[in-house]
Amino acid sequence: MKFRAKIIDVGCLNHFTRVVNTVSRLTKACVLRLTCDHLYFVLSGRVASGGVSMWCELSQGNFFDEFQLEGVSADANEILLEVAPENLSRALKTAQNAKSVKIKLTKKSSACLTLAAELPSLSSVSRVVTHDIPVDVIPRRLWHDFREPQMPDFDVSIYLPPLKTLKSVVDRMKNLSNSLVLEANLNGEMNLKIDTDLVSVTTHFKDLGNPPWGDDGSQSSSPHRDPELMTEVCVDIRKLQQFLTGQQVHPSRAMCNIVDRRILHLIFLHEDVSLQYFIPALA
Amino acid sequence: MPLSTQSQADIDQYILIASLDNARNLSNILKAISLRDHAIFNATQNGLKVTVEDSKCLQANAFIQADIFQEYIIKEDAVGFQVNLTVLLDCLTIFGGSTVPGVCTALRMCYNGYGYPLTLFLEEGGVVTVCKINTQEPEEPIDFDFCSTNVTNKVILQSDSLKEAFSELDMTSEVLQITMSPSHPYFRLSTFGNSGNAHYDYPKDSDMMELFQCTKIQTNRYKMSLLKPSTKALALSCKVSVRTDSRGFLSLQYLVRNDDGQICFVEYYCCPDEEVEEE
Repeated sequence: MKFRAKIIDVGCLNHFTRVVNTVSRLTKACVLRLTCDHLYFVLSGRVASGGVSMWCELSQGNFFDEFQLEGVSADANEILLEVAPENLSRALKTAQNAKSVKIKLTKKSSACLTLAAELPSLSSVSRVVTHDIPVDVIPRRLWHDFREPQMPDFDVSIYLPPLKTLKSVVDRMKNLSNSLVLEANLNGEMNLKIDTDLVSVTTHFKDLGNPPWGDDGSQSSSPHRDPELMTEVCVDIRKLQQFLTGQQVHPSRAMCNIVDRRILHLIFLHEDVSLQYFIPALA
Repeated sequence: MPLSTQSQADIDQYILIASLDNARNLSNILKAISLRDHAIFNATQNGLKVTVEDSKCLQANAFIQADIFQEYIIKEDAVGFQVNLTVLLDCLTIFGGSTVPGVCTALRMCYNGYGYPLTLFLEEGGVVTVCKINTQEPEEPIDFDFCSTNVTNKVILQSDSLKEAFSELDMTSEVLQITMSPSHPYFRLSTFGNSGNAHYDYPKDSDMMELFQCTKIQTNRYKMSLLKPSTKALALSCKVSVRTDSRGFLSLQYLVRNDDGQICFVEYYCCPDEEVEEE
């Protein structure tokens, strides 16, 4: 197994750092899946993480100037590592103004991702700061847990309202209730609702637009679905708030898919990064 | 405006309707009295009075006159109810605490009467939020029996002068002592904390002193924990009047200008602490 990669563009470095920061705010531990063309940060839905799962996909070529990978075997040309994204975040923080950042899979007392940042210095010799981030190599027999999630058979897909507004409303609702109902229809309407002994609050969003999934999406497979009909899911507000608060990468597209009463699937798309987050319905 | 989404039938059922183009003109002043969870609302033809009390020793009132509201309809002589103030503030600021200048949350607050929730319609940028907050039977606010004829000492100060003192008050002191006297030290705030005693003096001829009417020397102590929250009201205000009566009861009255420059009042009444020292 071999992995070495290098970033030399400061814009790419900043962008990569922001993505890692976002991931570190969503989970304490995740799997970094490396293939020839992509990097993925994966969290598979487990009871321990409260059932949420995350799939963050980066196109390697948009970040790295050099990228060499030799996977576990010829027919399984990938490497999967369990890592604490916060460690990576912290290491990248010191590399903020680096002339170059090299990342390498190494073996110290155990497997590590070694990050070496070449920092600008006044003398002719550059300063290099090195971080050894401990990782656990995931054996091939467990790889099936970290495959790309299937697009769920959703009932409604809808673009999200402006994130700033959505975040403000969710922040306030979190003070008032532990759970929130998100409902939406094919008419571009979305409502956020909370209902407790003390208060009930409903926020109505209109004219959001529904993504045209086309032939391969379920949305068009039920053409007779009444566009006014709402589909809903009840989720833990803290999980939704955690997702919205963590965002450091401003998406060019933000949308969600709802599986009636089962799953809230959030999708944030950027030119070279996509982030999917699945929040299960509260029991 | 939510107005357009409501039918005449909806509007007819309410006994109180109060609307503002800028919800901050209500939420800011309510924050100035948000010492406890529960607030007693008393609406009359003149406007809205909101009262919050703490352990029967402190009362904070906010007055928002009817003409502050863009729309104010009341169908009875007096309408009273009690709500959870923390919940109300979260609802009033549902679109975010501080917003871009020029962008406001519009508010319409409606009440159907006894047993019904307080209904808020809030709108910002085309997004509408509807809140229904449960109400309770209003408690009778304490009458502190503070009337102008009993006032022994009175000063009116520009708030700026007190803001610094209040923000620096030694919180390890259990009491805040207020001395008012026709002679030196004139107006003095004192604390007695772990690191020692601190005094803030305001001479009667200071620029900040707008009015000085002290007839006899009085020193009273008030629980710090009761008075410290008044700092919120002080921060919003431009002027404050400090009055004590013959019993040592304290009245603080704050003149607050809202976002649109209109004037509202906040007042605090506080009982003196048990051990009163007479100098």
